[in-house]
Amino acid sequence: MNDSDAAIVVADLCKTYGAVEAVKGISFAVRRGTTTALLGGNGAGKTTTLSMLLGVLTPTAGSVSVLGEAMPRHRARVLPRINFTSPYVDLPKRLTVQENLSVFADLYGVRNARLRIAAVAADFDLGEFLRRPYGTLSAGQRTRVSLAKAVINEPEVLLLDEPTASLDPDVGDRMRTYLEQYQRRTGCTMLLASHHMGEVERMCDDVIMLRAGVVVDQGSPSALLERYGRDNMEEVFLDIARGRGDDERAAGGGADEVASL
Amino acid sequence: MNRDTDIATAVPAPARYTGAAASVRRVRAVLRRHLYLILRSWTRIVSMMYYPTVTMVVWAFLTIYLAPTNSFLKSAPGFFIGAVLLWDVLFRGQLGVSLTFIEELYARNLGNLFVSPLTLGEFIAGQLTMSVVRALIGVGGACLFAYLLFRYSIFSMGFALIAFFVCLLVFGWAIGLAMSGMIMRLGLGAEELAWASIFVVAPVSGVYYPIAVLPGWMQSVAWVLPSAHVFEGMRAVLLHGEFPWQHLWAALGLDVVYLGLGAAVFAWAVRYARNHGTLLQMGE
Repeated sequence: MNDSDAAIVVADLCKTYGAVEAVKGISFAVRRGTTTALLGGNGAGKTTTLSMLLGVLTPTAGSVSVLGEAMPRHRARVLPRINFTSPYVDLPKRLTVQENLSVFADLYGVRNARLRIAAVAADFDLGEFLRRPYGTLSAGQRTRVSLAKAVINEPEVLLLDEPTASLDPDVGDRMRTYLEQYQRRTGCTMLLASHHMGEVERMCDDVIMLRAGVVVDQGSPSALLERYGRDNMEEVFLDIARGRGDDERAAGGGADEVASL
Repeated sequence: MNRDTDIATAVPAPARYTGAAASVRRVRAVLRRHLYLILRSWTRIVSMMYYPTVTMVVWAFLTIYLAPTNSFLKSAPGFFIGAVLLWDVLFRGQLGVSLTFIEELYARNLGNLFVSPLTLGEFIAGQLTMSVVRALIGVGGACLFAYLLFRYSIFSMGFALIAFFVCLLVFGWAIGLAMSGMIMRLGLGAEELAWASIFVVAPVSGVYYPIAVLPGWMQSVAWVLPSAHVFEGMRAVLLHGEFPWQHLWAALGLDVVYLGLGAAVFAWAVRYARNHGTLLQMGE
């Protein structure tokens, strides 16, 4: 892949906290206009990697480029064009949904904020609780508001850390539909950290598998299913997370793909 | 989400502000986020005015009790009330900055702010502006009650009041930024710093007594604090009707130094948080 084709390029990225190596020299690229999943068990380094992509965590070594700009050095140029959602952060609970969205529209410099808020409120069915304090909403409603906040500036790159956690299957499905439509309309690049393997199979063009801070495999969902001889990504995930198939990977395609990045 | 709506045609692409216009909006966003909170809640407004008003009332009655037998208070009856109100400018200035920051930690919103285009300078500018709002509400309420209950107008100090207000507010900002940095570094367990830190400078600021009554080494400490120059200046205005320019310049010069130090501590704490990955996780 050419660097110009990539919205995100990560090269030899490391993060250590004292003696703990959270991310150990990973490299990958995410093609523009595609959805890539960053998968791995708890503590695999997904959130650490996303934090470095967002510029809120300084890498120990290596480089990150988002939309052709080096992060975190040029974060001021990049951040207006990207956005994110994560269960690790929240919105002010005493502010209404409308107020929260107004604040973030200002932060991202959105012109005609009122119209934009009305549009995302319609997309996420927020109309009935726009005037309710965010803290009074259910977990699912809050997730919808967080996603509305994440698209308020119509980002070119969207980093989604477990975007459908705490949503019921119906709302989760609607959210995935929204994200797919959003990507078709805008050509947005999405990087998704998720534990929902059905979501990954449905939405993602590529999958990057992390284990203990290392990229252990990478490929399209269909290629991974074929490589591991499995019927679904859940089984592939378990194989990789538990180290099954390491020998085959070392001998075959997966390791080569990773090494070539 | 509307499953049936094709958003490909439903949502217009938003245009963005850039440059200075965008920067102003980001500062406004920080301000709006806190104004929404304050203006909706009468309990927050009352709590901002409560402490300065109650303290002012206590000192006013003490003045009424002592003035008939005390020549100093006879010649400057508004001395204690003025001192209380000006001290509260310093306290509100510091608290305004620290609480604006702590509020983001309580809300676990710091991650959202730091991955937005908001710069550190803009975040600080928003905090400082909020501190002015808090100081005006808190001290303004106490000033109103001072006039209604005791016919004392702090505006009788004239131009000096504006100069003292600015000097104390800026010193409060400096302490507030440094304390916000320490809380960011140490976590919410250290939030008491926001409430208690200011009182370290109280004994050496000469709020209610001249710096000359302090032991020699404490006087040396006092003269490197802007607050000591302000309260010494206040006494000169109230007792002698003279504006003490030398104290004003000293206070302003020291303010510049302390504000720089406060901002440096805060910037250091943000750098530390970026290195240690605490920005996204920070909160209750």
